[in-house]
Amino acid sequence: MAWLDRTARTIFLWDFVMGFAVAMKYFFRPKATLNYPFERSALSPRFRGEHALRRYASGEERCIACKLCEAVCPAQAITIEAEPREDGSRRTTRYDIDMVKCIYCGLCQEACPVDAIVEGPNLDFSVETREELYYDKARLLANGDRWEREIAKNLELDAPYR
Amino acid sequence: MAKLIIDGKEIEADPTLTLLQACEMAGAEIPRFCYHERLSIAGNCRMCLVEWVGSPKPQASCALQVKDIPPNRDGTPAKINTSSPVARKAREGVMEFLLINHPLDCPICDQGGECDLQDQAMGYGRASFNRFEENKRAVEDKYMGPLVKTSMNRCIQCTRCVRFATEIAGVPDLGATGRGEDMEITTYLEKAIDSELSGNVIDLCPVGALLSKPYSFTARPWELRKTESIDVMDAMGCNIRIDSRGREVMRILPRINEGVNEEWLGDKSRFVWDGLKRQRLDRPFIRRNGKLEPASWAEAFAAIAAKVKTIAPAKMAAIVGDLAAAEEIKALRDLMRSLNVANLDCRQDGAKIGGGPRQSYLFNSTFAGIEAADAILLIGTNPRWEAPVLNARIRKTWLYGNLKIANVGAPRDLTYPVQQLGTSASVLEDLVSGANPFAEILKNAARPMIIVGAGALSRADGAAILRLAAQLAASTGAIGPAGNATEGGWSGLNVLHSAASRVAGLDLSFLPGAGGRDTGAILEGAANGDIEFVYLLGADEIDTSRLGKAFLVYQGTHGDIGAHRADVILPAAAYTEKSGLYVNAEGRVQLANRATFPPGEAKEDWAILRALSDVLGKTLPYDTVEQLREKLYAELPHFVVRDVPAQHVGADPAIWNAVGTAGKIDAARPLASPIVDYYLSNAIARASETMAECSRIYVQRSQEAAE
Repeated sequence: MAWLDRTARTIFLWDFVMGFAVAMKYFFRPKATLNYPFERSALSPRFRGEHALRRYASGEERCIACKLCEAVCPAQAITIEAEPREDGSRRTTRYDIDMVKCIYCGLCQEACPVDAIVEGPNLDFSVETREELYYDKARLLANGDRWEREIAKNLELDAPYR
Repeated sequence: MAKLIIDGKEIEADPTLTLLQACEMAGAEIPRFCYHERLSIAGNCRMCLVEWVGSPKPQASCALQVKDIPPNRDGTPAKINTSSPVARKAREGVMEFLLINHPLDCPICDQGGECDLQDQAMGYGRASFNRFEENKRAVEDKYMGPLVKTSMNRCIQCTRCVRFATEIAGVPDLGATGRGEDMEITTYLEKAIDSELSGNVIDLCPVGALLSKPYSFTARPWELRKTESIDVMDAMGCNIRIDSRGREVMRILPRINEGVNEEWLGDKSRFVWDGLKRQRLDRPFIRRNGKLEPASWAEAFAAIAAKVKTIAPAKMAAIVGDLAAAEEIKALRDLMRSLNVANLDCRQDGAKIGGGPRQSYLFNSTFAGIEAADAILLIGTNPRWEAPVLNARIRKTWLYGNLKIANVGAPRDLTYPVQQLGTSASVLEDLVSGANPFAEILKNAARPMIIVGAGALSRADGAAILRLAAQLAASTGAIGPAGNATEGGWSGLNVLHSAASRVAGLDLSFLPGAGGRDTGAILEGAANGDIEFVYLLGADEIDTSRLGKAFLVYQGTHGDIGAHRADVILPAAAYTEKSGLYVNAEGRVQLANRATFPPGEAKEDWAILRALSDVLGKTLPYDTVEQLREKLYAELPHFVVRDVPAQHVGADPAIWNAVGTAGKIDAARPLASPIVDYYLSNAIARASETMAECSRIYVQRSQEAAE
């Protein structure tokens, strides 16, 4: 009987019909793709995107130049130099991240005792030249200022699980 | 010997040891904050608690001597447990108390990463446990001078710094006020610690309360490359560790060497590193039309070669400075000898020494031997400034023994009582003749020591003073049998140099050849035109105004006195930037490793001389520093064995009667130390901002106060 079944399926183009049914099923379903960059998927509060250096509400930068992020960075992407500021506090004079080296593991933000260096929700920061991916302190602080609201929200949402 | 059972292991310990030392002998690790091998026992941190089975309470092992631990009633040895639950719980409790008032600012603390409290809190504290809700104590920071930065919130009151200042440094500037939680370490009057050893309290502090001011916030211990090296700020050859990051020296720390510096380091040696970054010569210069202009190496060598060709060897001279290593002294000597130049001198201060056997210019008793001495006569020296670590050793010997010290020379506060015999060198004649009562003390002493300083030797009558000192040594029995102090031998005639390169220069006999001139005569000759070419190898302590019209080549590191007058400047490597052999005052050959690279186009000294010799057509027979050292070893076999002081060979009259030369002494001129300002005694120190600040605070202010 097996040959009869096979022959009938061949004659009635059964595989074509089934394939067409699948295509129609997905044709009428809602679409899974997004029209990026006009549409975006939801991001977890733990998403590790572009780095930023945060400030306190007073405007004082958080980073205290403890260099723990530099020490923990597995890609050695962070370079820090520090010296006492005029008021005697410990501050960085240089805070560079080589975003080309960075592997976005998030260890820097885990190591940071003052939540200064964070990986924010920004994921589209592609540029045309390599040099633009060598971030300095001013760039990172500017990132922090721009993304502070989202970063603070994400930290707050993630806080119960820490 | 007393028997103890420590952690189940039976050991026999010397009854005079502390229990902590006995535990360490048994292989147990005892945490501690206040206990330090070289300081008196305070017993106030309580971190070293151990369990003595049968005792109602845990015992502070640092303050308990083995002889105070009787055996059990049944005669079995006392049982000590260092890691039993009782001991562990006791330590956890102590750690909790210590951390009550310790701020949680490890991320901004410079001690972070090398902090005893941090490490021991991890090892001996409770894990993730906090039941302290109250406020922490706040303490005002104290002023301790330009070198020591304080953060007194972090202080755990171990009093190591106080004990160091009173016992080792000998300046009672530090103390504690208040008691219990309100105890504060203070300088009482908010004054700088007036000691050349003040930097050592930074190392001693187990927490981040006392920190290095120049180093503050610049680096973390884990990012520093550590290089073992030798200090050149004085003739002691203190063992140091240079911590560098990239091309920069970030700090200098002492290394332990019981024979030389124990574990201390003078402030100049410790904080001079910022001088390595300023005023540096980073490219060759040639003087054209009265102005120094940058040049290439080839141009500089060509300028020297052109000059050398036109001048007779008798009109050329070379002087070696205070910071040179043996390699470049040998290279310069070989080059000058191949040019038939006899006017060589390694004693830019004009010391009347050298040429004779090695024993005539060494610190023969050895530094460790000071501890065996029972009478010391200082002649024209201020050890506190010429070798502060050596002074600390004299003080230690005085403190723990029956040491009598007398001084001939300018009276100074040496941190221990000194019998002032006078400032004139004629006192020595009285001592030799026995007219001075101190001669009796020296004679009765089992191991008398005579220390002749560079201040006495650099006078015109230096050789006569040295002869008097040798006569005194012979007549008082200071020259004993062969061997060092521990072997029963003794040699009490010592020369304390003030320059790190001096002994190497004398060993290599970088001295006037037949008919040659010494430093004074070279300068005199240059002034009246007899010397037309002078080669300075880092020599900055000479009076360049006396050089007249002579063509001056300066090979060195800093734009200092020598470079200002120079006609050609060859930029060289400083002591942190080259591998070199240094010989300290006791004849100990030590190897310094390279920590960083020289700046700009500067090169290692011996390599400059090798390249120059090629241009002059007298190519030196070595292409690498190893080949140079092979030649050096072949010439002077004692350079092969490192880190061993010269051996005393016994009271051979052929050696000791030949020390110095008899002559008339200048009784009217008082003996004085050659160092006018401890903090500014060489080119590197003069370029250092930290040293300038120290000089302002410690030297100039006290001079003003004296006036």
